[in-house]
Amino acid sequence: MAKVSSKKKLSKTKAKKSSEVAGDSAVKKTEVVYDEEEEEDKEDFNENVTSEEEEEDGEDERRRQKLLEAISALGGKRKKTLGERSEAAVQLSEFSVNAEGEGDKINLSDLIGSMDKTPQVSAKTRKQLKTLQQSNRTVESPLSKQETERIQRDVAFQKAASEVTRWKSIIQQNQRAEQLVFPLNQEAPGPKPMERVVTGWKARTPLEEEIFALLSANKQPIHDPILTPQEEVSMKAMSLEEAKIRRAELQKARALQSYYEAKTRRERKIKSKKYHRVQNKAKRKDFVKQFDEMVKSDPAAALEELHKMELARMQERMSLKHQNSGKWAKSKAIMAKYDEGARKAMQQQLEVNKDLTQKLVTAVNDEEEEEEEDEGGDPEVLPDFVNDAEQGVDSSNPWMRGKLSEDPAEKETSEIVDLTAEEESADVEEEEEEEEEVKETEEEALLREFDSRRKRRQALIPVISVDDDEEEESKTAAEEEEESKTAVEEKEESKEEEESKVAAVEEEEEEEEEEEEQLSEFTNLYKEIAESRRGAEAEQAEAAAAADTETSSAQLEETLMRIRTLEDTEELLMQEESAADEAPVPPPAAENPPPASQPAGTNKKRKRGIELKQVLTKATKVIQVPLAHTVEDAEDSDDNQEQRGLIREAFAGDDVVSDFLKEKRKQEAAGKPQVVDLTLPGWGEWGGTGLKLSRRKRKKFRMKAAPPPPRKDVSLPGVIISEKRNRSITLHQVNTLPFPFETHTQFESTIRTPLGRTWNTERTVKKISKPKVVTRMGAIIEPMAREELMKDRNQATVADRNSVNSGKRKR
Amino acid sequence: MKVKVLSRNPDDYVRETKLDIQRVPRNYDPALHPFEVSREYTRALNATKLDRVFAKPFVASLDGHRDGVNCMAKHTNSLSTLLSGSCDGEVKVWNLTKHECVRTLQAHEGFVRGMIVRFCGTSFFTVGDDKTIKQWKMETPGYGEEEEPLNTILGKTVFTGLDHHQKDAVFATCGQQVDIWDEQRSSPIRSFTWGVDSFSSVRFNPVETELLASCASDRSIVLYDMRESAPLKKVIMTMRSNSLCWNPMEAYYFTSSNEDYNLYTYDMRYLNKPIIVHMDHVSAVLDVDYSPTGKEFVSASFDKTVRIFPKDVGHSREVYHTKRMQHVICVKWSADNKYILSGSDEMNIRLWKANAAEKLGVLAPRERQASNYNQKLKEKFHYHPQIRRIAHHRHLPKSIYHQSKELRVMKEARRRKERNVRKHSKPGSVPVVSEKEKHVVTVVK
Repeated sequence: MAKVSSKKKLSKTKAKKSSEVAGDSAVKKTEVVYDEEEEEDKEDFNENVTSEEEEEDGEDERRRQKLLEAISALGGKRKKTLGERSEAAVQLSEFSVNAEGEGDKINLSDLIGSMDKTPQVSAKTRKQLKTLQQSNRTVESPLSKQETERIQRDVAFQKAASEVTRWKSIIQQNQRAEQLVFPLNQEAPGPKPMERVVTGWKARTPLEEEIFALLSANKQPIHDPILTPQEEVSMKAMSLEEAKIRRAELQKARALQSYYEAKTRRERKIKSKKYHRVQNKAKRKDFVKQFDEMVKSDPAAALEELHKMELARMQERMSLKHQNSGKWAKSKAIMAKYDEGARKAMQQQLEVNKDLTQKLVTAVNDEEEEEEEDEGGDPEVLPDFVNDAEQGVDSSNPWMRGKLSEDPAEKETSEIVDLTAEEESADVEEEEEEEEEVKETEEEALLREFDSRRKRRQALIPVISVDDDEEEESKTAAEEEEESKTAVEEKEESKEEEESKVAAVEEEEEEEEEEEEQLSEFTNLYKEIAESRRGAEAEQAEAAAAADTETSSAQLEETLMRIRTLEDTEELLMQEESAADEAPVPPPAAENPPPASQPAGTNKKRKRGIELKQVLTKATKVIQVPLAHTVEDAEDSDDNQEQRGLIREAFAGDDVVSDFLKEKRKQEAAGKPQVVDLTLPGWGEWGGTGLKLSRRKRKKFRMKAAPPPPRKDVSLPGVIISEKRNRSITLHQVNTLPFPFETHTQFESTIRTPLGRTWNTERTVKKISKPKVVTRMGAIIEPMAREELMKDRNQATVADRNSVNSGKRKR
Repeated sequence: MKVKVLSRNPDDYVRETKLDIQRVPRNYDPALHPFEVSREYTRALNATKLDRVFAKPFVASLDGHRDGVNCMAKHTNSLSTLLSGSCDGEVKVWNLTKHECVRTLQAHEGFVRGMIVRFCGTSFFTVGDDKTIKQWKMETPGYGEEEEPLNTILGKTVFTGLDHHQKDAVFATCGQQVDIWDEQRSSPIRSFTWGVDSFSSVRFNPVETELLASCASDRSIVLYDMRESAPLKKVIMTMRSNSLCWNPMEAYYFTSSNEDYNLYTYDMRYLNKPIIVHMDHVSAVLDVDYSPTGKEFVSASFDKTVRIFPKDVGHSREVYHTKRMQHVICVKWSADNKYILSGSDEMNIRLWKANAAEKLGVLAPRERQASNYNQKLKEKFHYHPQIRRIAHHRHLPKSIYHQSKELRVMKEARRRKERNVRKHSKPGSVPVVSEKEKHVVTVVK
């Protein structure tokens, strides 16, 4: 199309594009076009054509002008050519104006030629201009307006895009959220603080003013930040990191403590006496050393230590620790008659006690022991029978009162039991009641007596002999149970142990440990002895002794478990009583002599206790469940048979079960594939009636289908499962796998999980049926606010920090 | 003789007070409930049917305008207040609870082109064909006072759209160029042009409040940043966009309603291709508004229907129409997500429920539980053909029905032709162009 003017530059690409547009406007591709004007250009050609024609005219005009100029120049006087502006517009496009006289090139000298002539121009600028003229470098032309604008736009867009991208995490979070509750940033329900509700509230009444004065004086917060300055300071002081460090420290300390505990426990479990001996020695030495040093370096501390010793002495005086009242001591007491070592050990104990209770000047060693024992965490865990009386006096605790420990209900039952089991006369019962009343007073008396006895025992003269007597008695008792035998065996063992011991003070700790272990055995034995004796007495009164002892053993086992019941103490009392009766040393005159009726009463009482157990066990035997059942069954079966007969009569003739089986068989037969007969009679053979098919043909042309897969109801005798497609159901069934699911099992599992409260618990239903979006009625939902972004970012930073911290820790 | 007696612990079945609910002991062992799926299916089917039975979305019609309703504005603080401007320059303020007009004012000569309530809710702005921007008080003037604008700005050209900044005293208008105005000044603080085109609508981004977008008559959507001197980017589409709306919860998504019957949801960072093309209308889509939860949007069309689209689904979930409703020009979703308001050519404003079958008013806890459960059931079984059929069934006016059918046929024909062309030309010479890419011509940087 004609020639393209030199002024309008049409790039190759543009030309191509225009041709495309012309060629096929239907197919439009997304292309990045950089400018508006360019696009205009491409839009049509006609404009170009017209403009070219105009331009040709313009060229002629210009030539004419040039000619005229040349002519006028011949005249000698040089005239400057001025460009002409033909448009009267405020806003001019750079493309619509053409520069007239474009052909002449402008030099720098043209522009600054007049500079030399004008005197006002300073020498400095002249110099600068000269240097400029000398330099040959050309400055790069600035970018076109379109280019710069495009760049600006691009930069601005990048900025905006990155700004908007900050929301990505929140948006994704909200999209994934199980439930969104709108409006998003709801205030928590409930009462708000006064300051928030009433703005600009001031104290007016004198009372209010007073209160506020007080508050301000104490630097208490009045307005929104509810923390006091101190609290704020503390909040600032303890940052998250510090808190974490502190927590870690605490954790470490706790771990160390637990290690230490484990270690000590392990050490304590070591049975080697030598080990402990060595340990103790080392400890003691250590302590002595320390104390000596302390006396020199820190007398005050030493004094304190002495104080401690004093305290230990006081404790010793108060406690029964070395008074041969413990389990070990008792076992020793039994053995003392035969065993020299045991006797010695006991005496040493008492010596220790003496030492400790003496006002000490420098008996360091013993005190140390004391302390060690205390430190060793061996408090008097196990009860002394002797202490019971004292504790029973405590009136504030009803459980400790002796009278209350036996339940009145139990009493009654026991009485009833007496009635039923032994069939005693009413008179006896009355007597018993009386006795009980007496006994209650007796108990107190006995307790007192026991106390005094204990005191006496501290003197350590009669103990062994008394115990020995008891032992003898137990031996002489006619029935000794297996339990008692075993107890004796154990006793012997302990004796051996005792023999092996060196009678030294150092061993005490171990002995005490053993004491703990043996306590139960010892009480067992002790009681058995008493029991057997009582049993002997009972034998004299009653004939049935064997049952008695059996029950007694049962009772004993029970009492083993609990330690502080009243029965325990009673038995103990009984024992003591009998011991006192037979004791060579009579009780002091100050004590009340026991009433004459006492032994008999207590005996009866004890017997009754046993009987309770007896009867209880009997009662379990009495329940004869099977008998009752047989009776019941008989009745039931009678009824059932009648009913069955009725039913049989009513439905005579229709055998449902066999019908069902028949039907099932029919279905199975129908499901089997049939043999297809493709033989053509007379084909390749003789035709006619009465002819048999040849075997070859039968084989070839009778098609047998493969057996079908086994039916689903093969193993279910009472069920027919139809595997046919049901038309009426298919209408409701999904026939293609829906989009997000990948396998059928996935989809089926979603369908199979029920949602309703018929199949799920209330909580599950609530959880399952939570709607995705919840809006409150009448609440205006504001657009997402910038604060959400800040919140999210804070969370993110916290999470980051946490992860960093954990990473550090891992390292 | 033995007497058989049931003995139970009363603690298991007696309630402590009569206000407690009755205890119903239940064994949840699935082996005891073999028919759970079929039972739930029946329930789902019933729920779906009932949903359709109760779908009565039309709440009220507000009539009073004497010309077509051209624009509407939601009140920012009051749910019950709606403003509407008509083609005769009249502005009406409505009380939605009472279904009545509380105030009428002659705002402009000619069309009221756009209106917006200031973020504080005390005043509103209108622009009209008389080249003016007017600011009005929200309160009705007292007795004897004249209805006068607080402020009037006389522009050089006609304004076609208006939007207010979310928090600042800044608003934007569009006409021959997009102008940003300070409320205190009578001349724009910034104006954006890019080529010589007129703009049909301008919207501030409610989340990233400094961003704007506008629809221009050269078939383009242009993005701006209020702080920059130049626009950011524009995308040119095959047909003109009439209006657009930003998602109020998701900063970078916006949806534009187009003359080619479709709506396009864009991510503003990637303009070369819309994220989703929403199709269903059978005529030009004139207006679009997002629900305040940002999960759905509503569109008004020249085909006399209002449609509701989930934001990430290509087809509408609901279509509203009435016999008397003509071309719907403007539509709004109420700020509590419960109602939709549409203004149409035949001078009426219509109030619709956003969820057609939802019960209005306070729900008892058991009712709410039941509706939640039904909702979940419908969701669970929505792949089943019967349920899908019932749930998707909508009645359409004959013309729209046939037109949509026709459109479908046309589309199918075009697709078939394209496929045939591809089949008979050199492999690779006719590329497959997806539906999304088809509608974008260029992105101009």
